[in-house]
Amino acid sequence: MSDNLLEIKNLKIGATVYPPGEKPQDITIVHDVSLNLKKGQVMGLIGESGAGKSTIGLSSMSYGRGGVEITGGEVFVNGRDILKIQAHGLRELRGREVTYVSQSAAASFNPAMRLMDQVVETTLLHGLSSKTQAEERAIELFRSLGLPDPENIGNRYPHQVSGGQLQRVMTAMALCPKPDLIVFDEPTTALDVTTQIDVLAAIKKAIRDTGVAALYITHDLAVVAQVSDEILVLRHGNMVEHGTVQQIIEEPKEAYTQELVKAHSITHEEKKPTDNPILRVENITASYAGTIKVLKDVSVDIHAGQTLAVVGESGSGKSTLARVITGLLPPSEGRIIFDGKELTPALPNRSLDDLRELQMIYQMADVAMNPRQTVGQIIGRPLELYFGMKGAEKRKRIIELLDEIEMGEKFIDRYPAELSGGQKQRVCIARSLAAKPKLIICDEVTSALDPLVADGILKLLLDLQKIENVAYLFITHDLATVKSISDSIAVMYLGELVRYGTKSEVLSPPFDDYTDLLLSSVPEMKLGWLEEVLAHRKMESAGN
Amino acid sequence: MGHPILNLVAQRIALGLLLLFLASGLIFIGTQILPGDVAQSILGQSATPEAVANLRKELGLNDPAYVRYFKWLSGVLQGDLGTALSNGKSIAEGISTRLKNTLFLASWAAALSVPLAVVLGLLAVQYRNRWPDKLISGISLASISLPEFFIGYLLIYFVSVQLGWFPSVAILNETMSLGEKLNAITLPVVVLTMVVLAHMMRMTRAAILNVMQSAYIETAELKGLNPFTVIRKHAFPNAIAPIVNVVMINLAYLVVGVVIVEVIFVYPGMGQYLVDHVSKRDVPVVQACALIFASVYISLNIIADIVSIVANPRLRHPK
Repeated sequence: MSDNLLEIKNLKIGATVYPPGEKPQDITIVHDVSLNLKKGQVMGLIGESGAGKSTIGLSSMSYGRGGVEITGGEVFVNGRDILKIQAHGLRELRGREVTYVSQSAAASFNPAMRLMDQVVETTLLHGLSSKTQAEERAIELFRSLGLPDPENIGNRYPHQVSGGQLQRVMTAMALCPKPDLIVFDEPTTALDVTTQIDVLAAIKKAIRDTGVAALYITHDLAVVAQVSDEILVLRHGNMVEHGTVQQIIEEPKEAYTQELVKAHSITHEEKKPTDNPILRVENITASYAGTIKVLKDVSVDIHAGQTLAVVGESGSGKSTLARVITGLLPPSEGRIIFDGKELTPALPNRSLDDLRELQMIYQMADVAMNPRQTVGQIIGRPLELYFGMKGAEKRKRIIELLDEIEMGEKFIDRYPAELSGGQKQRVCIARSLAAKPKLIICDEVTSALDPLVADGILKLLLDLQKIENVAYLFITHDLATVKSISDSIAVMYLGELVRYGTKSEVLSPPFDDYTDLLLSSVPEMKLGWLEEVLAHRKMESAGN
Repeated sequence: MGHPILNLVAQRIALGLLLLFLASGLIFIGTQILPGDVAQSILGQSATPEAVANLRKELGLNDPAYVRYFKWLSGVLQGDLGTALSNGKSIAEGISTRLKNTLFLASWAAALSVPLAVVLGLLAVQYRNRWPDKLISGISLASISLPEFFIGYLLIYFVSVQLGWFPSVAILNETMSLGEKLNAITLPVVVLTMVVLAHMMRMTRAAILNVMQSAYIETAELKGLNPFTVIRKHAFPNAIAPIVNVVMINLAYLVVGVVIVEVIFVYPGMGQYLVDHVSKRDVPVVQACALIFASVYISLNIIADIVSIVANPRLRHPK
């Protein structure tokens, strides 16, 4: 046997899918993937959703999520083929030789158990040390991962700790039994950029200090470049390219890798503000249930045919601003002037025309559509409601809209379940355009999408803006998106507007501390970026 | 202010008391709109109109309904349930031995059925969709589908008449030892257990299977825990609330719904007592029994609520 810790040979993984109205089908998720990992090495698995990266990661623990089954190949851990060992042997492997850190630590902790009991559970189960020793080790790990109050944080329950901290506790949980290999499955994807950087640094330090090997799964090439030694690029369950980090990001060979490396390549010429903004938000203060103010004295303008990007981390109040403008949450102070006249604060009192001119697109396209309606019905509904269109006239307009979103007539009778994530979001865009609005609020519309698909959506939105002269209020936590599409930018922090102006103003120094933190936290695709940023930080994220 | 849990618990208890008060009103109204006249039914068809009028006066039946309601209610609050019309004895005395018997039967049925239901539910989860699960589900469904009087008579015929293991009539008296009493109530306990078991077992199974979909169960599996530890340590504690709820509803049924079983086995409990007095048109006794049933129902549900509140770590350990 070689000195490989993990050796995957010709792995094939399949599953059974149940497409609506058809017979169950067996599909292959992973075709013939092989990889080797030496002790103490970190391999990044990168690809879009459906690339099979999590499935491959979990195969190193001989685990298939849902109905997933390993149908062929061999997986060696420490020299033995783990696909051939029985349930009892697998329990010896899991949690002892290989451990797992999931994407959502918040969902991955048992809500009814104290963190410490969960962190040391594996160590005690496998009889690796006494309870006191295990707890001492856990506290040591909490400290080295930069968790606040390491002595006592273990006594807390999962809901008492923030998402970024939980992600670090989960890393401690994976490290505690001193495994040989850790599978990190998108450990920072659900976090704000400003929190992501801390967790990323903690993970990197832990890997270096303990010398554990790792499979690092993510869709974000810039992130994986910071922690890995090697990168394996996957697409549709096939290996695309394998190389060192440096080779992949500096000289990618395959066309698909090149696309991944240069994602976010959209550019957009900034437009000058006009004299008459289409929407003027004046001194808005708002709160939920009347107690805590989530928006404090916020004023912004949006100009016809332009894009205002609102950025901030979770809890900054950016989605609340959208709720106030749409009338879902009447503000306690301030007013909203739309197209020259003041809007009624509460939604039920607004006129049909006001409703028509202000449309919204949501983050989760699949829950924003009725799964029992066809694409034609979904797009046709606003045409009926606002313009009274029927029959052939309506159908003609639906087809026009489908052409505008680059999908075409053949989709008119499809159901949402038959569409990909990007196509669903396109249908939502068509539905809002059908109302011929003056302003569309886009709430994190690309956050749930893979980078290349997201780029396509942004390109489409910009093209449509040119044709329809529609304004966008673009809510996002992703600064790269902001840079590519906005005309003006509002930076929000804990309910307050900390920086506001045209794109060039906001993105030019001198920066206030928060904008600086936000801008510097966006992962950059170069080696050593993480260390550079951490050396220059002035303040902590609100998520800590 | 105290711990938020104390507030929530106090709120539930206050709501329970309010509910009990409303229930007492409904019970009173219900017995009032029943057809027939109490005085008439006590004296019989041949009574003279004068005698009926006198008795009405004596019983206070000429007062307006709300006066009688508050009189009754204030009596109840002082522990006086009134006197039975049929025999002129204090209802409180008559009920207390009956209630004791009913609780005796119900608590042994609960002691048998609750642990059995939970254990069977856990086993069904552990072997889900395999033969042990199907067997448990099948048997418990069959037992819930058969009417309880049918099960009761089947048991009497086979176990009592044919095999002679247990008596077919469950009569208790003060001189019996605990062993003799248990021997006497074995068959009714078995019937009650079979009736409530399926519901609790299936709810336990469903609640735990629901939790088994959670990401933290996957975490536990990837820690290398054996399947039973995963269920016991990670799934069960998060499924307590729904399980306790269904357990409490079934416990309430054991107290309130035993009428048929008591009649079949001639058991001297509340159910029999109620049935006897309904047929005698003894309204005060019916009211008293109904009120006791209502309070049992409401208090068991309050307990279920409180257990769900206390079992929730978010409420027990606020941020």
